[in-house]
Amino acid sequence: MLEFFTEPLSFPFMQRAMLEIIIVGALCGLVGSFVVLRGLAFIGDALAHAVFPGVVLSYAAGHNIMLGASVFGLLTALGIGLISRSKRLSHDSAIGVIFAAFFALGVVLLSRQTGFRQDLGSLLFGNILGVSRQDVLITFVVGLVIVAVVFLLLKELTLVAFDTNLAHSTGYPVFTLDIILLLLVSTTVVVSLQTVGNLLILALLVTPAATARLLTDRLNTMFALSVAIAIISGVIGLYISFHWSVAAGGAIVLTATVLFAVALVFAPQHGLLSQQLHRRQGKHHVHHFHAEGEDLEVH
Amino acid sequence: MDSEEALDRLPVAVRDLTVAYRDTPVLWDVDVSMPEGKMIAIVGPNGAGKSTLIKSILNLVPLTSGNVTIYGKTYKAQRSMVGYVPQRGSVDWDFPTTTLDVVQMGMYGKLGWIRRPGKRERDVALECLEKVGMASYANRQISQLSGGQQQRVFLARALAQDAQIYFMDEPFAGVDATTERAIVDIMRELRESGKTLVVVHHNLETVPEYFDWVILLNVRVIASGPVEEVFTREAIQKAYGGRMTFLPDSVGEPSGPLRRAESLGD
Repeated sequence: MLEFFTEPLSFPFMQRAMLEIIIVGALCGLVGSFVVLRGLAFIGDALAHAVFPGVVLSYAAGHNIMLGASVFGLLTALGIGLISRSKRLSHDSAIGVIFAAFFALGVVLLSRQTGFRQDLGSLLFGNILGVSRQDVLITFVVGLVIVAVVFLLLKELTLVAFDTNLAHSTGYPVFTLDIILLLLVSTTVVVSLQTVGNLLILALLVTPAATARLLTDRLNTMFALSVAIAIISGVIGLYISFHWSVAAGGAIVLTATVLFAVALVFAPQHGLLSQQLHRRQGKHHVHHFHAEGEDLEVH
Repeated sequence: MDSEEALDRLPVAVRDLTVAYRDTPVLWDVDVSMPEGKMIAIVGPNGAGKSTLIKSILNLVPLTSGNVTIYGKTYKAQRSMVGYVPQRGSVDWDFPTTTLDVVQMGMYGKLGWIRRPGKRERDVALECLEKVGMASYANRQISQLSGGQQQRVFLARALAQDAQIYFMDEPFAGVDATTERAIVDIMRELRESGKTLVVVHHNLETVPEYFDWVILLNVRVIASGPVEEVFTREAIQKAYGGRMTFLPDSVGEPSGPLRRAESLGD
């Protein structure tokens, strides 16, 4: 039994993969919490797709894929910020059109590279078993910066997430804070690309945070749970991938999805089961909606 | 009245304000002064631009033309003198946070970047919750509050802003009678200590009872001044147009059989 856990760790590539997924899990869990609170899942997806041409270009030039991806991530974050500022466009459509086009550009660029096709899979679906020491180190350093920014601006990011009007009227630059959040998301996407790849990175950003949201109504608890769930999904997924020779990225995301499904059914307050129970017991604990004026206590 | 000196003493002066969304004017050439130490109601039919007027004073919507001053200076310069109670429906009450945290947000503006609320902020927030009768809900999840309680929390948050002028967007919308009374009491207390309150209000019936000053609005300013002078049958009819079928016989008398204009409009 113990061997099930220790055996994979005797391989250096698995040690690196474990380290990488733990760092990436922590980042995605933390930053993903804001993605879920702000309802930015679609934008997260757009960001992930839009960095693809950068990945292809830096791969073709022999650079670390994070280099090109971060350039495109930066451009995309700014672009989305500008689009959401304009009142005339339907944001969803504009973001959908532009960033699907970015992905198409990546596909076209890729088709011009010869002898490159076998790597397509690793670009799209990640290649966590192939991460180098340098990759892990970069992820760690960039991750520290992301965590530091989130920690420093926790109050501001939370204020904007809850009440934009108050943030604005008390003098916080809402647009700048939105751009900072988009940059945090795009940077997280870039350093996480190698774990689950372009197409699945959204799941790592959204699924653990959404699971945590189901389990708690406290903000700090949500951050902690989200990070923990992302890391656990990553580690379990890696073990599954090792022992049953399945794709690591897919195994990680499916593990996270299973945890989400469990929470969806069994979560103490927001779970389907408990809501069903409450409905049966009457409306004493239905906390999502109170009839106006009901249960008011005057002191 | 419009001399520089007088402007300095005026909590809010709106001059030639026009606000348009796309090509439709929401506010047209609005020119009002709001005097100090008064409870001021902004009333008018739905779509009259009441909320937009508050939002343009608070710099939350871009002005097409005109300008707004707070005690003679721009909003930006006077931000710390202003407290704001947005419409209750403008935030997500399922957001994972507590009552106390929401009230503390009222102090974020004065705290500034990066600094976190500490013991002092906590004490002030608890004090403000005490004033609105919600102290025992401090650690309650905001999703567990009733509509009236949510409105009280918003009021406590505005109190925590410790302002000179308070802007409130429909503070009585969807609250029970007890909460309405509690909110009015607090508003009166604020007025007694020299604060100015600007309130978007829906119930014409309670205007004479609650307010000193009224601004009747329907894209343009129909009338603005002391309630007993300008809150007349003619002015109300002009503001609400044909949409108001039941008009009060005795406007200006608190006991007058005035109906809710809101339910009759649209």
